[in-house]
Amino acid sequence: MKIRATAAIMECLLEQEVDTVFGYPGGTILNLYDELYNYKDKIHHVLTAHEQGASHAADGYARSTGKVGVCFATSGPGATNLVTGIATAYMDSSPIVFITCNVTEQTLGKDAFQEVDITGIAMPITKATYLVRDPQTIPDVMRQAFAVAATGRPGPVLIDFLKNVTFPNVEIDYEFVPWTENRKCGSLRSLSSSHDLKAPEPNIGDINILVDMIAQSEKPMLICGGGVVRGRAHKEFKEFAEKLDAPVAITVMGGGGFPGGHPLTTGMIGMHGSQASNVACNECDLLIAVGCRFSDRVALQPDTFASQAKIVHIDIDRSEIDKNVLTDHHIIGSAKRVLALLNERLPQYSHKGWKEHILPLREPSVPRESETLTPKQVLETIRQLAPQDTIVATDVGQHQMWSIQHFHFDYPGQLLTSGGFGTMGFGLGAAIGAKVGNPEKVVIHTTGDGCFRMNCHELATVEHYHLPIITVVFNNGTLGMVRQWQNLIYNKRFSETTLDRGPDFVRLAEAYGLKGFRATTMAEMEEAFSAALEAGCGCVIDCMLDMDEMVRPMVAGGAHITDFLLR
Amino acid sequence: MKREFDTEKKEYTLCILTDDTPGVLSQVARLFSRKGYNIESIVTGESDRPHTARLAISIVGDELMIDQIAAQCRKLICVQAVKVLDEASSIRREVALIKVRAADRNARDEVIQMANIFRANIIDVSRETLTVATFGDKEKTAALIGMLSDFGILEITKTGTIAIERGRSTIYDDNKLKEEYNYGKNVL
Repeated sequence: MKIRATAAIMECLLEQEVDTVFGYPGGTILNLYDELYNYKDKIHHVLTAHEQGASHAADGYARSTGKVGVCFATSGPGATNLVTGIATAYMDSSPIVFITCNVTEQTLGKDAFQEVDITGIAMPITKATYLVRDPQTIPDVMRQAFAVAATGRPGPVLIDFLKNVTFPNVEIDYEFVPWTENRKCGSLRSLSSSHDLKAPEPNIGDINILVDMIAQSEKPMLICGGGVVRGRAHKEFKEFAEKLDAPVAITVMGGGGFPGGHPLTTGMIGMHGSQASNVACNECDLLIAVGCRFSDRVALQPDTFASQAKIVHIDIDRSEIDKNVLTDHHIIGSAKRVLALLNERLPQYSHKGWKEHILPLREPSVPRESETLTPKQVLETIRQLAPQDTIVATDVGQHQMWSIQHFHFDYPGQLLTSGGFGTMGFGLGAAIGAKVGNPEKVVIHTTGDGCFRMNCHELATVEHYHLPIITVVFNNGTLGMVRQWQNLIYNKRFSETTLDRGPDFVRLAEAYGLKGFRATTMAEMEEAFSAALEAGCGCVIDCMLDMDEMVRPMVAGGAHITDFLLR
Repeated sequence: MKREFDTEKKEYTLCILTDDTPGVLSQVARLFSRKGYNIESIVTGESDRPHTARLAISIVGDELMIDQIAAQCRKLICVQAVKVLDEASSIRREVALIKVRAADRNARDEVIQMANIFRANIIDVSRETLTVATFGDKEKTAALIGMLSDFGILEITKTGTIAIERGRSTIYDDNKLKEEYNYGKNVL
């Protein structure tokens, strides 16, 4: 069947069951948007205020729904505005297909208006990039791009269409192929033959070795990483942890992979890890890390990390093995499958003594008495008033660590945070994507005054699409995390971290047609948050906090994991 | 048991089998530049399989560093296989073309003799120069260049090192490592 090339792009999105895209139009992508006009009943397009917001929204959508996010942008600045979003998705293995259009074949490489080599720029921060010059290849490239983004270790891909490929008079051969059949045709088929791929199954020998190692261990410990979340392996992980009866530390990216309120949880591990997690890591004799990459924020000092333990690494990406920390054993496979195979083979263990040693080290959550509002009070108010399945999107810094330490996440996709790339300004876009993808859930965006100022223009998107997202600003008038380092490590030389400037976030919210609240005491916070839950529209709560509040505990970068700078 | 790595710095050759698609070379090369490593030489050419290219990249480093780069290479979707070869496990060759000043008969005779000793060929001649082609390992090329430099070398071009494993094994051999990397690509 002959159809327009742009229609083929839309049909390929429908093949992949895409019904929502985020984006921003422009000169070279006009033809695609013109076609989108024909498909507006089938494909819901969310227009953001800025391409970066669209990229984070597609990311938040992907992380919270488990589907592949889709994001459109035009050439040149439109494409480069995506770069931070692409890198954020890449570092956190979030599946997104970015679609940009470039100038025409005739002008390509001639520094045409709004021309940039985006496939070149995006290469180090994507799983794959495609420059489409031949319209006939559209279906094949689209199918491969979605497969690459979603499978293995997920991640972003970028497709750049030349403008002449999308001209309205260009027609191509197209047959609808459901996505489940994509792997049997075109380049996906030839890729699997050139790589001699077989049906994926973890190595049973490797599984059995771990079963034996577990049998010999007296002080085992688990780390729940982002792979558990991306692989939606939370049920298998919970069963594994309970069978093993071992303490479970959760990384930032692992939030939602294991219930935060579970009796075996020791909380976060690493730089702002709990005493329980960090001490357990230092004293355990077997450390099983699932889907984590031992980043420098977890394995602060790789040489001494879990030095008493045999380290076992379970991951889908072989290149992570022995990358940051040398391991004793590894199993390659999806967390879901590997854990299921382990669960079949494991008896019920009991490590009572070990647990009794570690678990009491968890921080007692006694709210600090204070006249003025404290971060803990803000979070406690949210926890008490919001439903337990509330989705929390964070920005980056102190409020991020506090949010992750304080909330208990129960399922994958409940916590949306830029753990790897640490992108300030991620949260509001991510919250928009999450709310679009999960309209039935309450979505909260926690942010700091520094982060919020970076991308607060997306409040326009919140208002336009009537997304009742509650933004809670931890407003301490400073870049809190940087100030914390300056406080502790840089002799209180507060170089360029004080944010003694506008805007007034309450009036900013009102300017965007949303509701704004200010909270200076716990009572005001309770009142504001209750009102925000009932408001039915986007709300901003400006919480006034002391600028010298710190994230506790803290271990300095590169230090031994139990060498706490702050307790 | 944790893996132990050879900490001695030496020259390794990474043989990389890739799909013959645009951008492969820059994808592979950026893995080296990202870490600030200098590539000694890079050679790309056809392999014995259709639509498949074979790269040989030579680099000086320790085993851990080479292992990490090889890991990142193997992860690329376009990469089918990577083999890390060191001097002991492989045969390495390079081609060099050397343009030498030889304006008089004596000089020409001497250069030709030198070329013969090294089993190199004269591939071009002019009134003032001779161009010598040599095929061999790096040491042989270096030795020949050393001898010819007495006459005055005008320019040199080298292919860089290509390498193949000694004995029966090939880059196509299946092994557990390859399977593990393919797992991540497997569900494509």
